[in-house]
Amino acid sequence: MSSETVINVQGLTKSFDGKTVVNGLNMEIKKGEIYGFLGPNGSGKTTSIRMLCGLLKPDAGSGSCLGYDVINESELIKPHVGYMTQKFSLYEDLTIRENLDFTARVFGLENPTKIVTDCIERMALGPFEKQLAGNLSGGWKQRLSLGACTLHSPKLLLLDEPTAGVDPGARRDFWDQVHTLASQGITALISTHYMDEAERCHRLAYIAYGNLLASGTVEEMIHDSELVTWNVAINNGENALHTLSEQLKPLPAIDQVVAFGNTLHVSGRDPVLLEKAIAPFQRPPFEWTLIETSLEEVFIDLMQQSKDGLK
Amino acid sequence: MRLFSFKRFAAMVGKEFVQMRRDRLTFGMMVGIPLMQLVLFGYAINSDPRHLPTAVLSADNSAYSRSIVTGMQTSTFFDITHYPKTRAEARQLIDEGRIQFTVTIPENFGRDLLRGDKPILLLEADAADPQATGGASKSFPEIVRRALQKDLTGPNAKLNQSEPPVDIRIHNDYNPEAITQYNIVPGLMGVILTMTLVMITSLAITKESERGTMEHLLSTPIRPLEVMLGKIVPYIFVGYIQITLITLAAKFLFDVPMHGSIALVFAFSVVFIAANLSVGVTISTIVRNQLQAVQMSMFFFLPSLMLSGFMFPFLGMPKWAQGIGSVLPLTHYLRLIRGIMLKGNGFAESIHHLWPILLFWCIVVVIGLKRYRKTLD
Ligand SMILES: Nc1ncnc2c1ncn2[C@@H]1O[C@H](COP(=O)(O)OP(=O)(O)O)[C@@H](O)[C@H]1O
Ligand SMILES: [Mg+2]
Repeated sequence: MSSETVINVQGLTKSFDGKTVVNGLNMEIKKGEIYGFLGPNGSGKTTSIRMLCGLLKPDAGSGSCLGYDVINESELIKPHVGYMTQKFSLYEDLTIRENLDFTARVFGLENPTKIVTDCIERMALGPFEKQLAGNLSGGWKQRLSLGACTLHSPKLLLLDEPTAGVDPGARRDFWDQVHTLASQGITALISTHYMDEAERCHRLAYIAYGNLLASGTVEEMIHDSELVTWNVAINNGENALHTLSEQLKPLPAIDQVVAFGNTLHVSGRDPVLLEKAIAPFQRPPFEWTLIETSLEEVFIDLMQQSKDGLK
Repeated sequence: MRLFSFKRFAAMVGKEFVQMRRDRLTFGMMVGIPLMQLVLFGYAINSDPRHLPTAVLSADNSAYSRSIVTGMQTSTFFDITHYPKTRAEARQLIDEGRIQFTVTIPENFGRDLLRGDKPILLLEADAADPQATGGASKSFPEIVRRALQKDLTGPNAKLNQSEPPVDIRIHNDYNPEAITQYNIVPGLMGVILTMTLVMITSLAITKESERGTMEHLLSTPIRPLEVMLGKIVPYIFVGYIQITLITLAAKFLFDVPMHGSIALVFAFSVVFIAANLSVGVTISTIVRNQLQAVQMSMFFFLPSLMLSGFMFPFLGMPKWAQGIGSVLPLTHYLRLIRGIMLKGNGFAESIHHLWPILLFWCIVVVIGLKRYRKTLD
């Protein structure tokens, strides 16, 4: 069982200039799992990932990564980890091929030229291989970065917002690649802001302001949130919906009101109180139906809670 | 985990070469700066040094010869530091750069003086650096005249009236015409190498941090020593391009004579080049951004320029300045290079100037390795 655990850390903590950025992070990731890492900007995702691959020294905490100690054995972890940084970190003044070639050699791979050629083919980078990385568009830079961090066939991928600013088609390709890798037994930890991506992960963790607030599968997280959600549709005009949303928001039983196109999603924690609160509005032209809570509502709720907690 | 892998080091070197080739502006500056400085600096910088170490080779023990030595001492131009027994010994002192002058007082100097035979008084100057010796050489006849004036009294006073009673001969060794450029141009080689090489590598690691590529580099198994040496090696070639340019200019622009072996210059220069490049790399492990890197390079360059004996004759500087100067690689490189080019020194006379540079280099590399951040903290 424990041999199947790739990452197992407890109490990872990091402060910068007295400000705690990651606070007692616990995380357990199994082999072959795609683990989603979510949370608002500045919540400490990048810092956590950097601690896992030895780029930052934790102030406190312990644990193992790929069977090595995260505190003392980061030099042994590095050869088996593919880390894709949030900000493009390859050389803009080298071409695609030169970048890959350099990375392959620095990892000490046998036959680097062949490995790089395979990678260029796999990532469909062929047409650009002689272009300077600095001249590539965002999507191609991501693709190059993913190629570079998978060259040495790592056992663990740490991908930090790999699809930020990438078009939907490229994002889909990217996720297909990640799932293919996972089916081969590679474990991936991916931070993201996209809900559809979160839903493609096996398990998730949500971190806000340095604190891990929730983790589990999508279903578990929705279930654990205990949120009840109503959908409000309308047959005439949007204005009425907007007015309704303004009226609903201040009500204490209602946690959040979100507009989804021509409908509203109204969520609350206590089903009885919620029903009481919305009763006066359950009249035409509004059509109320009870729906399944979505991941997005869960995350917004978690974020609000943590904000309230801070106050 | 091996501490040094040649493969990874070679990958680093290859990458640096490609990046250097792409960065045309910087590369152009590395070649352009030497030429520009050569033209700008190629002209004399004047000064009036005193207290130059002098050896007295005296075969005469008369009051007159002692007066001359005392007179030299009180003139403050000369400091009598050595009393060699033989010519060969004196010769060696001058070759090793320990003294700037030798005064030779022949046998029976006092007797011949009184007889009016005009004995020969020989002052030999190490004029490789004519700036240093020019002032003292020029005042030498006057110093001798005054010294003898006190002793030649009564009937002997007439000996010292119209023309001096001794035949003063001044020999400028190594650079008989005392042409300053002969001294400046080889010195410039060291100055230019110090300035450009320290600056260029001081930007090396800083650039990686500023562009965010350090994060990628740190996530790979590459080791600090591989990164540091990988950043140094490509610029050794740049250093050699500069040396070639400067030696060509020395020969064809300034007609500096080349008495020693050019191969020796090239062979010994590698240590000096590497030492300077390491200073740059070490600076870049300390500073946070490129501006600081440039400032710190200047902080290293200025004392090198001032205290190495390039700007002011080393032996004419106060002791504390000589102390600082002795630490700097440029000081030793100047002696090395002037020795080879102007005095025709060979391996044996040059090698002892190399050890201080080598020691300096090792210390700097160790500091750099200690300072190299293996994390992003
Ligand atoms: N090297 C650093 N020095 C100081 N503060 C930092 C550093 N790195 C991150 N931070 C701060 O830590 C917080 C969390 O950052 P980060 O881990 O990048 O969050 P995320 O990736 O979730 O957006 C931010 O407030 C950021 O400003
Ligand atoms: Mg981040």
